[in-house]
Amino acid sequence: MIRSRFAAVLGVLLLFAGPAFALSSPSEMLANPVLEKRAEALGMQLRCVVCQNESIEQSNASLAQQFRGIIRRRVEEGWSDKRIIAWMVQRYGTFILLRPPFNPMTWLLWGAPALALLVGGAAVVLARRRHPTSPEPLSPAEQQRLADLLK
Amino acid sequence: MDAVARRRLLMLGPLGVAAVGSGVFWALLLRMRQGTYDPHALQSMLVGKHLPDFTLPGQAPSAGFSNADVNSGPLPALVNFFASWCIPCVEETAALMSLRQKGVTIWGIAYKDRPLAASGFLTRYGDPYHRVARDADGRTAINFGLYGVPETYVVDRSGIVRLRYAGGLSSDSVNHMILPLLRKLA
Repeated sequence: MIRSRFAAVLGVLLLFAGPAFALSSPSEMLANPVLEKRAEALGMQLRCVVCQNESIEQSNASLAQQFRGIIRRRVEEGWSDKRIIAWMVQRYGTFILLRPPFNPMTWLLWGAPALALLVGGAAVVLARRRHPTSPEPLSPAEQQRLADLLK
Repeated sequence: MDAVARRRLLMLGPLGVAAVGSGVFWALLLRMRQGTYDPHALQSMLVGKHLPDFTLPGQAPSAGFSNADVNSGPLPALVNFFASWCIPCVEETAALMSLRQKGVTIWGIAYKDRPLAASGFLTRYGDPYHRVARDADGRTAINFGLYGVPETYVVDRSGIVRLRYAGGLSSDSVNHMILPLLRKLA
């Protein structure tokens, strides 16, 4: 009884669990929830340049904290997402985008899965063509010999 | 070619791939040890461009300066971001002083530092700077694309940034990178 109640409480709590953000204090958040959501979404797309595999939204580095503040101010000032991202890229390059854009530098990265499928498929087709799947049927003499061996 | 020879040749394939791979990794590790390759280094967007616009207050007793001051001063020049709280900044002071003694103009920017702490740093480790300004909130640094201190920017005679060096300068990096570049730009 107690255990099932505990499970129910845990289940309800899990419903409220969201991704962890590194906002140093709730005071960093914008009062307007719609704008705050936009700022969070933007921060999740941008790489923290100090701890390079974390997003700005997740990092505790002071530079990331400063970027969170800048993004929130820009969002409040009515900048579009595109303009904010462009402002960041202009200073820090496309490296700051956690999802790299498709361009002459990255076509191999994005095309690698299709390329692997193509090469693998071609290899399979070639191997099949070289070795026909079904061998010649046994001649009567061979069949006789097989029957003798299996006796 | 008979089947056995062909199979042997095929078995050499993976070995060849591994050999080429280890060669590449060995070269990378070697360059990392020499300090000519840093896997964490970011490409600077400023290289090939003019300095961003800025006007910063001075770190007393020095007067402040702007990007226009750098461009109208002696060129080529270095712009160096430092902070009293940064350990590699302490380590690079010797390299910066040696550059100063060779007559190189270095503009210093104290990044997110308190005036007293920065002046203490300069008296303790020496002041290699032509002028020292304060970027107290780090906003100018963001316009440079700075991602840590120290960082050093080399500005050529027409005011174009030619190199961004992230991390503390050593006598090695000064002798093998900064000085040859400055000689080329002079």
